[in-house]
Amino acid sequence: MQTHILEGGFADHPQEASRSFRAVMTAMARPGTIHAVAGAQPPAPLSPAAGTVLLTLCDPETPVFLAAGLDQPQVRDWITFHTGAPFGAAQDAMFAVGAWDQLPLAEFPQGTAEYPDRSATLIVELPTLSNSGATLQGPGIKDRTQVSLPETRAFQDNARLFPLGLDFIFTSGDCLAAVPRTTRVS
Amino acid sequence: MYVAVKGGERAIDNAHAWLAEERRGDRSVAELGVAQIREQLALAVNRVMAEGSLYDPDLAALAIKQARGDLIEAIFLIRAYRTTLPRFGGSIPIETEDMTCDRRVSATFKDAPGGQVLGPTFDYTHRLLDFKLAAEGDVGPAPVGDTATVPTPHIMSFLDREGLIQSEPASDETPADLTRAPLELPAGRALRLQSLTRADEGFILGMAYSTQRGYARNHAFVAELRIGAVAVEMDIPELGFAIEIGEITVTECETVNQFTGSRTEPAQFTRGYGLVFGMTERKAISMALVDRALRWKELGEDDLGAPAQDEEFVLYHSDNIQATGFLEHIKLPHYVDFQSELELIRKLRREAHANIAQEAAE
Amino acid sequence: MNVMSDPNAARKGWLGLLAKSPATDVARLWTGLDIAPAHTVLRAPEIGGVMVRGKAGAVGAAFNLGEMTVTRASVKLSDGTVGHGYVQGRGKDHALQAALVDALMQTDAAGAVETRLLTPLRTAMMQAKADRAAKAAATKVDFFTMVRGED
Repeated sequence: MQTHILEGGFADHPQEASRSFRAVMTAMARPGTIHAVAGAQPPAPLSPAAGTVLLTLCDPETPVFLAAGLDQPQVRDWITFHTGAPFGAAQDAMFAVGAWDQLPLAEFPQGTAEYPDRSATLIVELPTLSNSGATLQGPGIKDRTQVSLPETRAFQDNARLFPLGLDFIFTSGDCLAAVPRTTRVS
Repeated sequence: MYVAVKGGERAIDNAHAWLAEERRGDRSVAELGVAQIREQLALAVNRVMAEGSLYDPDLAALAIKQARGDLIEAIFLIRAYRTTLPRFGGSIPIETEDMTCDRRVSATFKDAPGGQVLGPTFDYTHRLLDFKLAAEGDVGPAPVGDTATVPTPHIMSFLDREGLIQSEPASDETPADLTRAPLELPAGRALRLQSLTRADEGFILGMAYSTQRGYARNHAFVAELRIGAVAVEMDIPELGFAIEIGEITVTECETVNQFTGSRTEPAQFTRGYGLVFGMTERKAISMALVDRALRWKELGEDDLGAPAQDEEFVLYHSDNIQATGFLEHIKLPHYVDFQSELELIRKLRREAHANIAQEAAE
Repeated sequence: MNVMSDPNAARKGWLGLLAKSPATDVARLWTGLDIAPAHTVLRAPEIGGVMVRGKAGAVGAAFNLGEMTVTRASVKLSDGTVGHGYVQGRGKDHALQAALVDALMQTDAAGAVETRLLTPLRTAMMQAKADRAAKAAATKVDFFTMVRGED
């Protein structure tokens, strides 16, 4: 492994992981709200926000699917050193990270009737993230809110699977927002 | 139905303070150090590590001190601590063949290669109280012998070579982990062994004893019992190879059990397996017997209806932390539950009295 | 595995020795070395668990035996050499010292570290093992068969 791969992790793991976990949790609880996170400096093209989420949520027991654009040695090695997470195919993934058009949505686990939680969480890298675009409604949202989703149809289909389905974290630069399976998108 | 009630905080705080004082005991007696517990109550420490499912003698000793010697409470503390640790990964399966044996005995072969090594055993003591210990008698070093290194191959391998014993299929599969996913039945052997190795020693001992007394007969010989240190190796991704990350003491018991064979298969011995953290031989032997009893289905035996053959009964009742949690919760307030029972019984009695009165009147 | 043909055998050897040695011994010898190499910490010492596995029947499929505590750390010396430490137990200093030793063993300081830290650790470990083995050997049973009657 090259040395720079070993850098860019959390300097103070418990503190930084707790802070970013709080940000991810709040983002999931309040869909569409945008949160800044810090701590990870991953190798390009992985964004700092996506890197921080990976360091916070992944470990040796969470297989990660890397979309084509991110499937590069420096990204793989960085994730391996800092999280220990193994890489796997989409159908085995607990987490996936990559650009929207490089994530095979239909292939990820959607959970089972007994264990709806055994589904994948997708970390979607977006060029920009702002409170404009698609309208979100549902639990955790007062009336309605807007967030710049890449499309609406896929999220409508996903919400219909409830209690099964995927959960989404959108990352751009050092910001993130989330759309869980309970959110209605229009 | 659960109803939240407030109150009692001061009583709880004071109870904790008194607990701390009672834990310390008489202040004119020297306080017990964690290192003293680790060194001098090592078998209690071993039990806490085995059933707490975490190998760390210092932590287990601390837990025993904190729990005032209540080992199940200490195991509870270790289990709780364990959940706070990030998991770095899983080890390469340990090679007990390479164990540096403190003890190694076989009940089946007198002249086992490597010899019969008794180790620091209670077996041949007379179980007479030693009042010298009460007088704090110091002991000298144990005698030493000739340490010409002789390999100690597993005794089972000799039977295996002759085809006399059922073989154990190897597998590269990552074993299921009951600390990560709920235990579902039927459980594979890997889950059963994990469950048994962290199970309550008393429960497993009782289950094993029941098989000896005839509930699921599987007459067992201890082919080999070995206790000693083995290295733990793990693959380190950033290095690209495996290194030793430590050394642990384990107890391993392999049993040879009777098996009659079938019309299509020649008669073969079957085997049971016990492997437990620390020097824990009663537990390891018990584990091997219960493991063997639970294998009836895969060995094509009859279900004799014995408790030790019943996977659900054994696996769902063997964990002392689960059991104690559910058992002890019934002493906590159930005021509302009980009120409804009270009302019901009063109503039934009123109705019965009314019926008696009515019959008497008629 | 053939140790002679393993290019990582030496590094495996010192990493394993550092992992298994008592933290107090490593700390004492590290202080005695009196080398304070400039370094950055790539991974701050972190305490965690490793699931120890056994094999069913000693030779069969793997099962989970229970966890053990492990502490790890990674450092980079000012010349760019990287060192990793994985040690048994909950010793943050122990892990950091192991990582520094691992890094130094890849530099010109290797000779000094070998003689003044690794060799004493190895000697102590072998001595402790030999002491235990000697006590075990003293409890080895010498069977003798009693003469049976009816000659």
